[in-house]
Parts: sequence; C-alpha cells; structure tokens
Amino acid sequence: MKVLVAMSGGVDSSVAAAELIGAGHQVVGATMKLWGGHSDTGCCSVADVEDARRVAGQLGVEHHVFNFTDDFEARVVSPYVDEHLAGRTPNPCVECNRHLKFDRLLHRARQLGFDAVATGHHARVEQRHGRWALLRGRDADKDQSYVLSMLGQAQLAHVLLPVGEMTKAEVRRRAAELGLATAVKPDSQDVCFIGRADRRAGFIGARAPLKPGRLVDARSGEEVGTVDAVELVTVGQRRGMGSAGDGGRRYAVAVDVASATVTVGDLAELMVTSVPVGPFTWVDGPLDAGAPVSVQTSAHGATVEGTIGAGRVDLTGPIRRVAPGQTVAVYRDDAVLGSAVAG
Amino acid sequence: MPAYLDHAATTPLRPEAREAMLPWLGERFGNPSGSHSLARRARQAVDEARQQMAQALGADPGDIVFTAGGTEADNLALLGAAAGGTMVCSTIEHDAVLECCRSTGGRLVDVDAGGLVDLDRLDGTLDSTVAVVSVMLANNEVGVIQPLDQVVEVVRRRAPGALVHTDAVQAFPWLDVAALAAGADLVTVSAHKFGGPQGVGALVVRGGARLAPVIHGGGQERGRRSGTHNVAGIVGMAAAATATVAQRSDTVARVGRLRDRLADGLVAGVPGAVETGARADKVAGSCHLRIPGVESEALLFLLDEAGVAASAGSACASGALEPSHVLLAMGIPPEEARSALRLSLGWCSTGAEVDLALAEVPKVVARLRQTATVAP
Repeated sequence: MKVLVAMSGGVDSSVAAAELIGAGHQVVGATMKLWGGHSDTGCCSVADVEDARRVAGQLGVEHHVFNFTDDFEARVVSPYVDEHLAGRTPNPCVECNRHLKFDRLLHRARQLGFDAVATGHHARVEQRHGRWALLRGRDADKDQSYVLSMLGQAQLAHVLLPVGEMTKAEVRRRAAELGLATAVKPDSQDVCFIGRADRRAGFIGARAPLKPGRLVDARSGEEVGTVDAVELVTVGQRRGMGSAGDGGRRYAVAVDVASATVTVGDLAELMVTSVPVGPFTWVDGPLDAGAPVSVQTSAHGATVEGTIGAGRVDLTGPIRRVAPGQTVAVYRDDAVLGSAVAG
Repeated sequence: MPAYLDHAATTPLRPEAREAMLPWLGERFGNPSGSHSLARRARQAVDEARQQMAQALGADPGDIVFTAGGTEADNLALLGAAAGGTMVCSTIEHDAVLECCRSTGGRLVDVDAGGLVDLDRLDGTLDSTVAVVSVMLANNEVGVIQPLDQVVEVVRRRAPGALVHTDAVQAFPWLDVAALAAGADLVTVSAHKFGGPQGVGALVVRGGARLAPVIHGGGQERGRRSGTHNVAGIVGMAAAATATVAQRSDTVARVGRLRDRLADGLVAGVPGAVETGARADKVAGSCHLRIPGVESEALLFLLDEAGVAASAGSACASGALEPSHVLLAMGIPPEEARSALRLSLGWCSTGAEVDLALAEVPKVVARLRQTATVAP
C-alpha cells in the first residue's frame, strides 16, 4: 500500500513509519504545520518538524510539510477559545483529530494518491465481517482510542495505526534498535498551541477579556468566594473553589459565564448518574436507545457501565459530572462504538 | 528528463563559476588578510573579484562589500542605515528586508493591484526622519519590476537625507542592474540566483554612504563586514556575474520566449488559470499563475512526482508553504493566494523542460480538481 505517515516528530509516529516500511508498504512521511504562534512546546514547532525530517531521513523515506495553520485556527484554536468563553471545557486534541488528521490530512493524502494515512496513536483498526472496528491499544496505560472515538467507517477504511499492537516500552525499544533520534524523546503534554510561558489564562485572555466571577453555594445560594476568570473554571474543578464551613471539599458543579457565576458544591452534589450529550458520531452505525455500553469520559479515565439515552448517557452508578465540551466515548469490550460531546 | 523550474529559489552553478572556484577548493588557499605570499595571492583573487563585481554592478571597486548572501547584504544595508532614523519599504519586499523594517519599527508602503509600488503613498510616507528607503528592483515571487528611478526621484525630493536601497537579487539575471540601480545608494545581489554558489552575496555601498556594521570583528571590507573572506565563493560569484552580464541580452531573449510559450500554454491549457502581474512588467524568467480550486501544496507534490520542480513562492523555516504576503499585498484574496504556482526559468532552462511542464501541469490540475470534493 502507499501510505502517508503523519509524523509529529515524536517516538510513536517514528516507529509507526518504521513498522510500515518493515511490512513492505510504500511510505512517505508528512508533518502538519498547524501553528504559527510562538509556542515552541507543541507538536508543530520547527524543532519537531526537524525531528520528523531526521527520522524520515534515517528511515530512507521522503518527508513533506503541509501547512494547515488556517484550518487549525478555524477548526481547533478559535473554537477552543469560544468554548471557554461560553463556560465549557473543550478537548482540542479530539477536535484536531476530527478536523485535521483524519479529515484535512486524510483528504489530502487521498488526493495525492495514497491508500491510507497512518499515525502513531495507540489504538487498533481491524476488519471484522467486512466492517471496520476501532479497538483499544494493546498497552492499556497508553490507550488512545478515546481521542479517536469520532472516527467512522469512511475514515477507518483508510487509517493504519501500526503501534496499537505494541506497548509503549516496545515502541521505545524498537526506536532504540533502529537508532531513531526520537527514541528517548518525552511524550507530548498539554495543549500543543499553548506555550508553557503564557499558559491557558494568558492565551485565552490575549484573545478576549476574561471576567471575574462569584462562587455561589449550590444549596444555600450564598456567595462563598470569587474567581479571577469564570471562563477558565472547569466543572469538577476543586482548586480555587474554597471549602465548606465543615472543612469539606468543594467542587465547581456548574459554570454560567453570562451571570459570571460558578456554582460550587460538595462531592455529593458533583456526582451524577446521567450525562447530557450532543449528537453521537458512530463507528459503525447508531445504537438503539437503551443499548448497554461502557462509558469513558476522559482520555485515560476508568469506564462505567451505562446505556444510551435520548440526548444523554445513563449510568448504572454515580460518576463525577463531565465538563461540557468533553468527549463521552462509548465502548463494548475493547471496541469503540461512538462518541458525543458532553452538553 | 526532469524540469527544473525553480530558478528564483536557486540556480545551478555556471561552469564559469565552478572553474573559477575549483582551485580554491583544492591547491589554492590562504587568508586574504594575511601578509605572506599565499595570503597575498588570496587577497589578489578577492581584489580581482571585487573589480569584476564592480564592473557588473556599475560601481567602484571600493563600493563593493562581500557578504554571506543576499539576506546579510540586506541586513547590513538596512540595519546599518536605520541606525540613523526610520526605515521605509514596500509591502512586497523579501522577508530579509521586511523583517528589518519590522524589527526597527519602520513604515510600509503599499503596492497596486499590478504589484507596483504606489509612488503617491511613498511620497506621503516620507519625511525628514527617514534614513533609508528600500524598494526591490524585481519581485521574487511574481517577477514584477519596480520603477526604481521614480522611487529615487521621490526620495530625493521628500527625504533628501535618506539613502535608497534596492534588493536586486532577482533582477540581476535579467536586468541591467548597473544602469537601472545607478540612482540607488545601496544595492544587494546574491550569487546563487545567477549561477554562482550559495552563501555569498554583495552589497554596493555607493559614495561612502555610512553604515553601522552588523557584524563586528577583524574589520575586513573596510570595517563594514568583518570575517574572513569566503574566497572560493567570492571568485565563483564574480565569474558567474561576469558570464551573466556577457550573456544577459541573449539569455533574456531566449528564456523570455520559453517563458512566453510556457505562460501562454498554461493559460490556454489550464481552465481558470490567471497570470499574476502584467507580462510587460515582469522579468523574463518569471511565470506566476493562480489556479482556482487547486491547493499549491498538493499541486507541487504531484508536479514533483511528475518530474517538475516548481514552487508556490515562499516557504518558512519548517519547509511549509506560507500564504504569500506578496499576493495579499496585491489585493489577491487569501483563498486565491493559496492556489499559486511559480515556475521560474533561468540561464540553462530548455525547451524540453517547458514541454514537460506544459504536459504535466494541466494533467495534475485536472486530477486535483476531480478529487477536490470527493470524501476520503
């Protein structure tokens, strides 16, 4: 197959490229330039492009850089800021996968005559009875199926995830065996377009003014404190939420930017047995209401059992509230069935 | 046989330049600043090259400052002059000029839809605080030639104390820079754009114009540019410049015909293709098109596969294509600016290369348009 490997400059995508070459595929590397800002910590800095180019050179494959900065701004960065300004907590990595890696890049690859796009994600794509299944990676600790849970049959037919069968330790060992420059490179962290120096408050604050807000107790309705920026509070957050008179922990349970109010409550008030969600995207067709699923609400969180409801997911036991904007992925065993964004 | 149509990015080395350089990559060596005979021979080679460059550029040998390329020459001219006041330049300058302007808080002058600097706006921008005005002789992306004489006239009238700089990097292969830039105080050229080696350039500093040095050190080049001379590069550049000037009128006539055939053929053969800039205003090697509905990156990828080396205009440090500030400055919408194709010819371009481009560009464009709206 002719495969375009999305090479971020990290160890996983480097080994993905090496594995595909080893399997006899015709491989070309590509790095997406997504961000022209001053963050040099993220997945698209000049240093990372150079790492990717160096690895491609070591592997003897061509390497290209595609400039998708405009799409990244329009589809990821700008919505990220807008979501925060609306009091929600977006997941930019999921949106980048949805709009950039598995749409813009995949489309570009198909245009250029490639059969598939490969990435270094720890997840697996398998053909089962003529349909495509998206499965958790073999390394349970590094599984990234959650951030791919928006993929459907159209994309999966042209996606290869070669390191999904490997553990992270195996990936690093393989990189070291191959003498790849990225073997000991640390895993990427945080939001790639936000630099360590300016952080989230600085980044969002530079694009829109942030409002100070009041903390209001969920039961009494009394004001119990203030926050510097209501837009930066995430539902479920404890830091800065103060404590109850009895010294018990307090959590943000709701954020209302319009009235600059954060409702705070104790752990009991944080817990829910149902999560409101937007429309689902399905890996292989929709599930009926009432269908049993395992539910995962963060990238590396535990799953809880539940069922698909109308505009919500119902759970068999209480979980902490899911911040609006976060992805809710539903599984059966190790297979992703679909996902929706928490409302 | 592949087609190299990216001469505006860099040109193959001329045989004259290679011949001149080879001894300096072998048995001949020496630091031109030394005093023994080996050093003096090196010094002599640099002096001869200086003479040749002066001839080619219509300057006195003492006015030639050797640099490590066009960017450095631009920086020396502009940062060196802007130390005494404000810098002004056009919006379509190369980044080597634009970034000097930005970093010193200078002023920009717009261009018109044809890519020509707006002389009225230039007039309105100038005042007695201006120390240097920079307008390129020919643009690197679209090839448009600027009315430098008129720029000089406006500057002399409105800001008599200001120096005029021109980046003649793209102009030199095609235009009589000695004549056209005679009115400029500072003139930049770069060897690898006219068949010389990469990493060497020159700045003409006319009439003892005073520049604050950008590189400090041993005081070479009369204190204007310190650092041991790149002797091989300098003699290679001088040989290439001499050959360029000697053959220029023939090259312009021959390559101009090739360019016309290429541009006419593509405008006729690629539906919707639009040429950028008026042909009469452009240097002979420049063919620049916008091809609606096609993304430059995808186009260049497939052309490369088909053996056609082309470009879209400008690339950033990571190697990614940037939306062209030149096209945006000409009022071309961003969407259209992303569909640019620059095919630039040079001293050794052939009819076969043009034939290949004429065959492949329409094919690749048709293929991309066909798949543009198809789902993965």
